[in-house]
Parts: sequence; C-alpha cells; structure tokens
Amino acid sequence: MSPEPGSINLTDRIRGGVDPMVPRIYNVERIRRNNHDTFTMELNPADGGNPEPFSAGQFNMLYIFGVGEIPVSISGDPVQDGPLMHTIREVGTVTRAMARLKPGDSIGVRGPFGSHWPVELAVGTDVVIVAGGIGLAPLRPVIYQVTGNRSRYGRMVLLYGARAPKEILYQRQLKAWGGSFDMDVHVTVDRGERGWNGEIGVVTGLIRRAPLDRSGAIALICGPEIMMRFSAQELLRRGMDKDRIYVSMERNMKCGVGLCGHCQYGAKIICKDGPVYRYDDIESLLGRREV
Amino acid sequence: MGDTLETLKSDLFAAPFCEGLEDTHLEVLLACAHEERMPKGRFLFHEGAAADYFYIIVSGRVGLELNCPNRGGLSIQTCDAGDVVGSSWLIPPCIWRFDARVLEECRLVSMDAAVLREHCKADPTFGYAMVERIAQVKAERLDAARLQLLDLYGNPEEGRHVARTRID
Ligand SMILES: Cc1cc2nc3c(=O)[nH]c(=O)nc-3n(C[C@H](O)[C@H](O)[C@H](O)COP(=O)(O)OP(=O)(O)OC[C@H]3O[C@@H](n4cnc5c(N)ncnc54)[C@H](O)[C@@H]3O)c2cc1C
Ligand code: FES
Repeated sequence: MSPEPGSINLTDRIRGGVDPMVPRIYNVERIRRNNHDTFTMELNPADGGNPEPFSAGQFNMLYIFGVGEIPVSISGDPVQDGPLMHTIREVGTVTRAMARLKPGDSIGVRGPFGSHWPVELAVGTDVVIVAGGIGLAPLRPVIYQVTGNRSRYGRMVLLYGARAPKEILYQRQLKAWGGSFDMDVHVTVDRGERGWNGEIGVVTGLIRRAPLDRSGAIALICGPEIMMRFSAQELLRRGMDKDRIYVSMERNMKCGVGLCGHCQYGAKIICKDGPVYRYDDIESLLGRREV
Repeated sequence: MGDTLETLKSDLFAAPFCEGLEDTHLEVLLACAHEERMPKGRFLFHEGAAADYFYIIVSGRVGLELNCPNRGGLSIQTCDAGDVVGSSWLIPPCIWRFDARVLEECRLVSMDAAVLREHCKADPTFGYAMVERIAQVKAERLDAARLQLLDLYGNPEEGRHVARTRID
C-alpha cells in the first residue's frame, strides 16, 4: 500500500537518520476519560517540535519507563496539526500504568509504524466503516480525514457496535457526526440498559440494513477478530467485493519494525506489512487455529 | 382506499421477507396483510399469548423483552425497518416467547398468521417458502445471540476475574 500524502514510512525515517528503535520523549498534555475503562491521551514532543506525521490506521509503540512498551493506534486527526492522540483501554500492566499518568509526565514514543487505511481508494465512492468496541479508535482518523474533505467522497456510513450504552466511545462526537448531513451513523449495543432506546443487537445486524452502494463502496473494519470475520462475511453477502474490504489485525509486538518476528501471523508480519490488510490477503488465516 | 392498498402492497413487497417470492405467494401474503400504526410504549404482543399474527416494520423500532422478576422488562434485541417481529407463529406451539414493545412510533404491516398457517398446510410450496424465511430470521437471531454470548467487547481481565472467582 503506498503511503498517504504527508506520511513518512520506516525507510524514510532510517534514511533521515532516525533510529526507529529509539523512542522520542513526549509529555502528557491531557488525559480524557471516554468511559470506565477507556481514556484518550494527548501528547506533545518534549523537545518542543511537532508530533510525527502519520496516516490513518498507523500505530505507535508507547513506552512507559520502567513498566513496558505496547503498540497503540493513533486516534487523532492525520490532516490537522495538533497533539498526538491515543485512545487506550485498560486491560493490563502497561495500559493501567498509562491510565495513571498525569499532565506533564513523560512517555516514550516510537513510530508511526505499519500500513494505513486506504482512504485514497475511497475518493469518489462510498465509505463504510464498521467498528466494534475500542476498534473505533483506529478508525477515527479516517472519519476526520473524510469529513475534513467531504466533497471528495461519496456517502459515508458508520456502523458501530459496543458492549453496553455506557461503553460507547466518543459519544458526543458520534452524536455530532450523526446529526450532520455528512454521515449516516448507526450504533448498536450487545446489552441494553434502562433508558436506552437505541438498537440492541450485534453490529452484523446493522450491516444487513445499511445503505450500501455495492459496486464502488469501500469497507474498513476494526474490532475483535471474530467481529471482523462475521462483518466481512455479511458485507460479502450484501454484494461487496473482497478487494474492497479492509481489516486491521492485532498481535502482541516487541520491535514494531519487522525485526523480531514476535507479531508473525502465518506468513505475515503484522507490524510491518499490517496492521491494515485487504480482506482477501488475510482471509485464509482468519479463524484458523494455531497460525 | 386505492392509495392505501397500493401503499400496503409496496411496503409489504419491499420487505426483505418477501424477496424472491413467487407472484402467487405474494398475493396470498397481501390478502392476509394490513397496515397499522403503533405509538411508543404499546405492546405488540406478550410472552405466553397465542402467536396468531406477526409484523413487518415499515418504520420505527420495536424491542423484544423478557420480563424478569425485580428487574422489569429486559430488552434483548431491537428490530428496525424491514425486520420481521415475531417468528413463533410458524413453529408449534405457536406461542409468543417474548414481549414486543414499541420503542419508537411504528408503521407496520401486520400479517394474519392464523390464516397463513392454513395456507402453508394447503400449499406445501408456499409453506416451504414461509419456513425458509422464518428459518432465516431464526438463524440470524441465533448467530447474533452466539456473538452476544461471547461478550466480544468485554475486558479480558474482567472475564479472567469472573473465571477465577468461580474456580475459587
Ligand atoms: C497494531 C495494534 C494497535 C493497537 N491499538 C490499540 C488502541 O488503539 N487502543 C488500545 O487500547 N489497544 C490497542 N492495541 C492493543 C494494546 O496493544 C494491548 O491492549 C496492550 O498491549 C495490552 O498491554 P498491557 O500490558 O496493558 O496488558 P497485558 O498485561 O499484556 O495483558 C493483560 C490482559 O489483556 C489481554 N490483552 C493484551 N492485549 C490485548 C488486546 N490487544 N486485545 C484484547 N486483550 C488483550 C491479555 O491477554 C491479558 O489477558 C493495539 C494492538 C496492536 C497490535
Ligand atoms: S513486532 Fe517485531 S517483527 Fe513485528
């Protein structure tokens, strides 16, 4: 996948004298709670420079000194200047330590790494975004990019599934996006609660009813692997072509630059030729045991 | 009157439930259909009652609920435009298994299921077409229920905590 305009890939960085294994120090500007276990962190380089440019779908290796380093997708706007943004769910040692950071604290950042969502292929056609849970975070940069240059794209449809109403990410933004004429936003939850009058059911149910232009549309899916598999199958049933569907894969990572083999998935090295793959490129591996 | 029939016909025939049906079968369905409007809060049916009709939603939203002592009606699934509400009418004992409550004012095509069952018995080709469609509704709901059961978006640590608590 060719890099988006403005993005810098790994080879350029090495040629430019940047060692991809050495973290750049960033300071925490702000931490905002999205829900009970998810927060968005805004970071700026401690050296006073600008954050690295990135393309929608790329990730950084974030290093908490003395605790550990993890891959996290970038959730901010790839086109506008501003702080580096990561939306993180607390699941274990490093993510919990990140949740305890305060404005002014330091963090090491390596990246951006990996492939990106093919936003350039969507120019002039419909864009269907299918997200599950924290999977909306790596797709938010696509939404910023498309809404920032709305006339270049066709219809935009966002289908989002969360576990419960209180776990829905970016609630205010979802309302604003859905309230504008720019985007069809459909949200469903696996479990309803009192006072919730929205949809209850899985995200594949939303795909069944989504307004799709089968011929040209491009679909970008991110969420738990099973959700991505079922969503891709539902999109295929709706008549979409395999080569217009993209998914973002996750595996544990160490180097993040294709050196250690930690993230190997079949013949794929997720950190280097992923995390974003065309569905037909990865389909044979999805759902297979012991890949 | 003519307009009403035309609206009913176009609403019914546009539903995914009717996709691929033969003209003669569509005519049978049309003869058993009528249009209804339901305000928010109204129940379409209650668990345990005879399933002698079912609905296709034209617009609005319906919640399928189970009534739970001390917890009230628990919504387990919602149905939106194009969806079928009620699949128990074709499967003996033809009794509703859930409550169905209107969450957003609805325009519905309501179908006389008692008459349709008779048509199914009299014309096995029509009966098979109905079974196929209701099986599709059931299969989609079973897939959805399985995915919901997996709790895909759950925090892995919470799951582990629950598992540990149970083992201890
Ligand atoms: C390319 C890429 C992009 C990512 N983007 C994001 C992002 O934008 N936001 C975000 O919150 N996370 C993201 N992740 C996942 C994130 O890297 C992990 O959640 C993190 O590594 C967990 O580290 P930990 O030390 O907190 O948990 P650990 O202590 O390593 O693990 C704690 C528990 O969490 C489970 N766990 C670990 N990783 C994951 C995972 N990926 N999914 C589900 N359960 C997991 C473990 O099995 C274990 O049960 C991304 C991962 C990859 C590979
Ligand atoms: S993390 Fe080292 S090769 Fe991918």
